[in-house]
Amino acid sequence: MTALISILVLIFIFVAIWQMVKIFDLTQTGKSTENNQIANDNDNKVNGYLMIGFLIFIYAITIVCIAKYGDLPLLSNSASEHGPSVDRLMIISLLVIFFVQTVTQFLLHYFAFKYRGQKGRKALFFADNNKLEAIWTIIPVIVLAGLIIQGLFTWTSIMNVDEEADPMVVELYAQQFNWKARYAGADNALGKANVRLIDLDKANILGVDESDPNAQDDVIVTELHLPVGKPVLFKMRSQDVLHSAYMPHFRAQMNCVPGMITQFSFTPTKTTAEMREVPEIKDKVANINKIRTENSKELIANGEEALEPYEFDYLLLCNKICGTSHYNMQMKIIVETQEEFDAWMKEQKQFKNSLNL
Amino acid sequence: MSAHVEAHAHDDHGHHHKETFITKYIFSQDHKMIAKQYLITGLIMGIIGVVMSLMMRMQIAWPGEPNAFLQTFLGKWAPDGVMSADIYLALVTIHGTIMVFFVLTAGLSGTFSNLLIPLQIGARDMASGFLNMVSYWLFFVSCVIMVASFFVEAGPAAAGWTIYPPLSALPMAQGGSGLGMTLWLTSMAIFIASSALGSLNYVVTVLNLRTKGMSMTRLPLTIWTFFVTAIIGIVSFPVLLSAALLLIMDRSFGTSFFLSDIFIQGEVLHYQGGSPVLFEHLFWFLGHPEVYIVLLPALGITSEIIATNSRKPIFGYRAMIASVLAIAFLSTIVWGHHMFVSGMNPFLGSVFTFTTLLIAIPSAVKAFNYITTLWKGNLQLNPAMLFSIGLVSTFITGGLTGIILGDSALDINVHDTYFVVAHFHLVMGISALYGFFAGVYHWFPKMFGRMMNKNLGYVHFWITAVCAYGVFFPMHFIGMAGLPRRYYTNSAFPLFDDLSNVNVVITVFALVGGAFQIVFFYNFFSSIFYGKKAEQNPWKSNTLEWTTPVEHIHGNWPGAIPTVHRWAYDYSKPGHDDDFVPQDVPLKEGEEELQH
Repeated sequence: MTALISILVLIFIFVAIWQMVKIFDLTQTGKSTENNQIANDNDNKVNGYLMIGFLIFIYAITIVCIAKYGDLPLLSNSASEHGPSVDRLMIISLLVIFFVQTVTQFLLHYFAFKYRGQKGRKALFFADNNKLEAIWTIIPVIVLAGLIIQGLFTWTSIMNVDEEADPMVVELYAQQFNWKARYAGADNALGKANVRLIDLDKANILGVDESDPNAQDDVIVTELHLPVGKPVLFKMRSQDVLHSAYMPHFRAQMNCVPGMITQFSFTPTKTTAEMREVPEIKDKVANINKIRTENSKELIANGEEALEPYEFDYLLLCNKICGTSHYNMQMKIIVETQEEFDAWMKEQKQFKNSLNL
Repeated sequence: MSAHVEAHAHDDHGHHHKETFITKYIFSQDHKMIAKQYLITGLIMGIIGVVMSLMMRMQIAWPGEPNAFLQTFLGKWAPDGVMSADIYLALVTIHGTIMVFFVLTAGLSGTFSNLLIPLQIGARDMASGFLNMVSYWLFFVSCVIMVASFFVEAGPAAAGWTIYPPLSALPMAQGGSGLGMTLWLTSMAIFIASSALGSLNYVVTVLNLRTKGMSMTRLPLTIWTFFVTAIIGIVSFPVLLSAALLLIMDRSFGTSFFLSDIFIQGEVLHYQGGSPVLFEHLFWFLGHPEVYIVLLPALGITSEIIATNSRKPIFGYRAMIASVLAIAFLSTIVWGHHMFVSGMNPFLGSVFTFTTLLIAIPSAVKAFNYITTLWKGNLQLNPAMLFSIGLVSTFITGGLTGIILGDSALDINVHDTYFVVAHFHLVMGISALYGFFAGVYHWFPKMFGRMMNKNLGYVHFWITAVCAYGVFFPMHFIGMAGLPRRYYTNSAFPLFDDLSNVNVVITVFALVGGAFQIVFFYNFFSSIFYGKKAEQNPWKSNTLEWTTPVEHIHGNWPGAIPTVHRWAYDYSKPGHDDDFVPQDVPLKEGEEELQH
């Protein structure tokens, strides 16, 4: 039935367009003998003005987007030590882009308006100018050189793991469709692991080598806790397909690749509790809860359960397509003080005690 | 050489061979007919690809809400009108594949390279009409196989158009990785064969069959871009073929090129020693040049149309060629910027950041040269011209955000978010599509001997232009808010609840923009039969295709092939009465050819 209606609608649209074209053509008859499907002065004029209208539209949509969505969670309130340097680079890049965009779009659309064709006018024969071309080759070279240099410094400082800072080693383990984390324990050395050692009967779900002395005090959890101010070195593994460990608030991301161990390191700088008190985050949470309350009303009217109120938490998301439930592969991250972290850690089972023997 | 070709061509085409319906319309070896075949196949694939994207947008804007439209079109994939997560990923995958390869590679290049290369260089036909025909029919077969994959039990390939293993290699990882992926790989292998035959033909034709006087520096920029595009295709497509073959080996014959240490659904697989990162390298060695395979022909078409309709020479002809060559070269050494967070050595990340940002320089030169071409012109704002100006606009907007994505430090955070989706849709999707539309409006009279309706063209352009920005501009912002792409629904994350209204706005723009493409299709198909008869040279253009008769003939020119005396851009040249001087007009006494 829907298919039939769709086809009918399509036919009606075609007929409507046909009628409109016919009417328009009839109003045009007798005006001119030349080919009326080629732009004439009037078309040039109308479209020239529309070009200016379109320029205003581009500016307007830019302003609306920046005003409404410009206070981006990914441009402020980073929660890691390297975060501000990324944000600074991002803002510089955005300013450069914004400036170039504003100027070039203006020139493009303004010229399209200003030099719209008129009968009898002749265009300027202007085919080449080495000086001009040199200018707009050199200016991008200088600007890009600046961006490249700053970018490379930032990148290198993020990716270089500072071994002297004695980072806490944590393994992030991905599988369809959830995350696990393995802490290295007091020795800060992860036990060897391979998927071939996985033994579901013994609850050895990560394939940790049971005979490895380093493995004995490892701790496997499903919620990631991190002490504030302490560098963490993540070692990523995946057991099945590619996943990507994306921790947007920490400006951190690395793929998890079956068959190899990847790594990423950062230092969290704000506890979850502190972050919840940041005014922008509070506003964002309040706004989200307002939306959720609205949506809940509808759900309740349909006899469904209301949505739970939202509370801010750091998250680890999967950001590499990994199958059916890719959209819901997440793990909560809690950043807390060292004392809170130690207390939590004490409650966790060590690997040697977690096996079903 | 060319004298010989002419004599030979006369023998061939002087007397009319008896042509049957089949040799004329189906297994045609005439480049003009093959161009039309590519065009119409590309447009039909385009409709399929766009409708898929609209279904995805509906799902993102209104997740979980029953939709009769989806139920009708997706059938068992959308029980009660709510699409399943698996089909969403399949739509993501096939939409990407169709748009990138079937519409914007084969549809765009296939149409205009075939139509314009012989006509603009002054040749009777392609170097090999037979290979050209085979190329089209291989393309057709690959289209059929790709679409057919929607009708297999477990669904089509759903691992993203990048088909990264192990997801694409293991049927137990995802329903679509069974027969669906086999069909995808088969279709792509045939597509690559088609593309290779086409590209070789283009290169050979441009190098060998140029008419007398058509030196490389007198070639229109369209031909330059088609030529360079074909070379990039020849260099990079075989690498994808090798990746696809290795993946087939892993899938079907137990090798471990891309797979290692996998535990899935309760069992350990035997694979050991392979690396998915290797696949990523092989894929993106094609994947990134592919962006320019899509974009360069559109830029070439734009160069030609902007010059013609500005009634001015294209500004900086040599710089335009140099920048195309620079882009082509750089495009083969930047693939790693898709892999900053893939786990490859961070030092490689630095190298690829450097090479990637270098591409901004030739791109900037091109943009500025287009703008300068408009300056002090006498712009004829035909629909084709509007689409060309629109292309420059989206090329700038989309290209600029490449500065962020190409910078490894910034990519960490926006990698695989909607920021990427917005960026590449504007800079290669919409830009190339605009180039496609511009080319259709401009060369329609050459293809079908009739004019398209200009007022419908205007309506088509302005609504499309507004909707394109309406869809992709806000999308940058939800990307910068951290929303990952390829999520079936965002409702699993309350964190993103405040982005849901933006997603609705985007979807509305997409639906309106998509619906108004009907205007184009109406215009296109009705003009083929009822359009106003075209003059020989309606746009008063300089290039050789407009010296051929309106009615198509085998061999293109009824008499001798014209000789070329000048470059293609003598528009509004002082000392001439007309504001255009076709390439076959000899230099006047005392007139000097511009040292361009």
